[in-house]
Amino acid sequence: MNTETIAPREYQIYSGDDLRTNVLEISMGPQHPSTHGVFRMDVSLDGETVVKLKPVFGYLHRNHEKIAETTSYLGSMPYTDRLDYFCSMTNNWAYALAVEKMAGLAVPERAEYIRVIMAELTRLQNHASLVGFLTNDLGASGTPLLYAIREREHILDLFEWASGARMMCNYMRFGGVRNDLPSGWLAQCKKVVDDFPAFMDEFETLLTGNEIILSRCQNVGVLPRDLAINASITGPCLRASGVDYDIRKVDKYGVYDRFDFKVPLGSVGDCYDRFMIRLLEMRESVKILKQALATIPEGPVNDSKARNFRPKPAEAYGRIEGPKGELGFYLVSDGTPKPHRYHVRPPSFINLTVLEDMCLGQKIADAVIILGSIDIVLGEVDR
Amino acid sequence: MLGIGILKGMAITAKNFFGSFVNKRLLPTLQYPEAGNSVTLFSRNIPFLVYDNDEDPLGTMRCVACKICEKECPPQCIYIVMEKDANGKPAKRPKVFDIDISVCMGCQICVEVCPFESIKMDSTFELSTPDRFEGLLLKREHLLKSNTYFHKIHPDEAQEVDDRLAAKQKKPAPTPSTPAA
Amino acid sequence: MTPINPDQLIVQLTQWALSFLDSYPLVAVLVAILLSTVPLVAVFPICFAITTWLERKGLARIQNRIGPNRTGFLGMLQPIADGIKMLLKEDIVPKTSDRLAHFLAPVVLMVPAFTILSVLPFNRNMIPAAVDTGVILFFALGSVSTLAVFMAGWSSRNKYSLLGGMRAIAQMVSYELPLVLSGVTVIMMTGSLDTTKIVAQQQLSEWIQSSNAGLQCLGQIIGWNVFTPWGFAGFLIFFVASLAEINRCPFDLPEADSEIVAGHLTEYSGFKYALFFMSEYVSAFAINGLSTTLFLGGWSGPNIRPPWSDDPNALLIPGFVWFFAKMFALMLVMIWIRGTLPRLRVDHLMGFAWKFLLPLAIMNIFVGGFYYYAPRWHGIPVVGWPIGFLVMYLSYECIGRLNRGPKTAQRVYHYAS
Repeated sequence: MNTETIAPREYQIYSGDDLRTNVLEISMGPQHPSTHGVFRMDVSLDGETVVKLKPVFGYLHRNHEKIAETTSYLGSMPYTDRLDYFCSMTNNWAYALAVEKMAGLAVPERAEYIRVIMAELTRLQNHASLVGFLTNDLGASGTPLLYAIREREHILDLFEWASGARMMCNYMRFGGVRNDLPSGWLAQCKKVVDDFPAFMDEFETLLTGNEIILSRCQNVGVLPRDLAINASITGPCLRASGVDYDIRKVDKYGVYDRFDFKVPLGSVGDCYDRFMIRLLEMRESVKILKQALATIPEGPVNDSKARNFRPKPAEAYGRIEGPKGELGFYLVSDGTPKPHRYHVRPPSFINLTVLEDMCLGQKIADAVIILGSIDIVLGEVDR
Repeated sequence: MLGIGILKGMAITAKNFFGSFVNKRLLPTLQYPEAGNSVTLFSRNIPFLVYDNDEDPLGTMRCVACKICEKECPPQCIYIVMEKDANGKPAKRPKVFDIDISVCMGCQICVEVCPFESIKMDSTFELSTPDRFEGLLLKREHLLKSNTYFHKIHPDEAQEVDDRLAAKQKKPAPTPSTPAA
Repeated sequence: MTPINPDQLIVQLTQWALSFLDSYPLVAVLVAILLSTVPLVAVFPICFAITTWLERKGLARIQNRIGPNRTGFLGMLQPIADGIKMLLKEDIVPKTSDRLAHFLAPVVLMVPAFTILSVLPFNRNMIPAAVDTGVILFFALGSVSTLAVFMAGWSSRNKYSLLGGMRAIAQMVSYELPLVLSGVTVIMMTGSLDTTKIVAQQQLSEWIQSSNAGLQCLGQIIGWNVFTPWGFAGFLIFFVASLAEINRCPFDLPEADSEIVAGHLTEYSGFKYALFFMSEYVSAFAINGLSTTLFLGGWSGPNIRPPWSDDPNALLIPGFVWFFAKMFALMLVMIWIRGTLPRLRVDHLMGFAWKFLLPLAIMNIFVGGFYYYAPRWHGIPVVGWPIGFLVMYLSYECIGRLNRGPKTAQRVYHYAS
């Protein structure tokens, strides 16, 4: 391990005798337009260059973990929707996975396929809107974002059709999913998935070749490979730095080992890589979805006995590859219907820890897009 | 050549500009009050209590005030008091059944835990009120809705529930199973 | 009385009205001034209102939305609703701000924005202030807006405002150079700083005065500067630099909402904000009017002589119709650009001005000189045109490549095995 890479980088402020300059301290946030919620950055600027950056968060702290320790296992499920409110389906799945691991519940085949379909749809809409928000941070007046949201609506319609709610789905259950897919759902989902590549072509033509985006994003906010590993960065941010680590491949949870998909890797680890990796991952998700939709079996979707239970004293850590990175739930049971300890490993929060390393020496405008390219949701950062 | 990417992007936006006049897919906006009820058959919002007979809502309500939903509700927004008859014996129906919809998050867990199929999810959403305390605290009277209404908003689910209840009726004396521990 | 010319109707009416005041010369001068300034102050705020509506509607359609549609037919009364809202809002001044400068900034911005309109020839004989050095006056007065923006940024006592003001100074001063230099080519070719002469130079008077309607039409168009290599390049440079000069996307750094909230406008509200907003649009009109005048033939457009008239210069469609049409067309392009492009970064912005636009503008001056002296065949620039075009294209490519550098390129991604 190279310790030099984890030491905070220093930025030298010009301090010649001829010119006396001061550092300008700005508190960006919590009501700043582009901090993705109530996030605050205490930034010190030398001109427009960031010399110090201190992330401040906790404005959205909701006591998620403590509340979960005072309610039943099932009772925390709707709260996990509200962690990363963009991807409630994957949050549900990670929590369900942890409980299933602890209680030793089996999941029916069809439910596993439904989970994969839901998770990949979530990844599609999360990445599409993230790229949209990133361009918004870059200063586009919302056009790519609204194209992304236009497509996201089709996916949210599918979520609503299956689970009853567009964003707070609360769909996964221990040992399966809450209800079977309504009739006609799979056909509509096929249609949405088949239409999606056309949108991606449009999106890539609009964005990837644009000279302004190239010059704004390339070589900005470089996250070195070693630092990414040492800071336990996960998800697209890690893969953009060139580390081949995708929990779908590593853990092969669910039925991911049955699908043929590739893991795109970046080489530089800058904002452009993070942005491109997401676009490429969306293509892979479409591939997974097509395979899953073609091979989904019939059968039961849940284990009706697994509704209220007292797991034996045990501990378990369930993790999945969420759209933002490794989302893990650590549970300790003491034999009561409530978890003794409940801990979330939120990818947004841990990916945020390298923000200062990436921003030092960059312009203030870059700090905004670096934050955007990490892809945080404050609901998950603050819990 | 420098600028090609920008020109390509501008072609895309121009295509979307003109497309929005001819292609419905490129102008997905629904105008809220005019577009009518855009709620799908599957959406859920807040719970309501089902009764069977339109003439006698209070008499035929399915709720027996077993308080499972009150216990299981994650944000604790349900408040139930069981009615007692003249002798002080529990009458197996709620005297008070309040749902604070400013707290309710529509998670449907009450529906899942209810053994009597008496609480179901509504799809109404126009619930704004000038009084944020009393107006958002729905009482038993507001929550009671008929099975016909349930059939109207969620036909498939209501049919399933009716079939299940009919199957239960055939069996002798449905003993209300004690709530699972 | 002279015969009625459709295009000169307003001019003739003015002269007719002024003829009653022949015996009071002082009053006549005052009335003449009023008659030329009041329409400016009346017409351009209306244009501003129309543009805000167009911008909101156009941007919405680009983004697959509907845009304002509740106020009046197609939301056309939205600008009025916005205006009422702006007027009714509380005027908040930060406690620690420099109150005088804070108050003066929008005024200082608005006065030159309207004044520079007066050197634009809207039609033949229709120029509010016929100044011999119109172009110089335009640039000189136009650069006052830099001061106003910095006044706003400094006086607000807000760090975002200060950053915005700093950015504005750097940006507007830098882009003034390519802006002026691309205009210099036109001035060089015309040999005059007078905007009316610049327009006249772009019209082929023999063709216009011939009896063939097609030739009359063509003569109004073919001479536009934009159809020459130096004019085309100059027009593009001028247009890009003018985007930066009026802080329009993708050069809207001084008010970059995702970085520094609203820049110099952060601490403005109510009517002062409205004044800022209006001044920005009026200067956008002014600078588009100037680029119309310099490169797009001013008020000339497809036009024929009315059949009943024997005045060789008479035209059927008033020239200001074409002038405003071109001005609005340029505004629409600006809206389109805003709907597409993200913002530049501050160092790229400066690099773009100094390393890209400025060399190109200087190159353009040389190409203009070459074009002027290159041999012609029956008056057609058979040598100057292709060679000038080639030189401009090559220098665009070269300077573009030099600026891009090895760092920025499309990348190839590989997949994990």
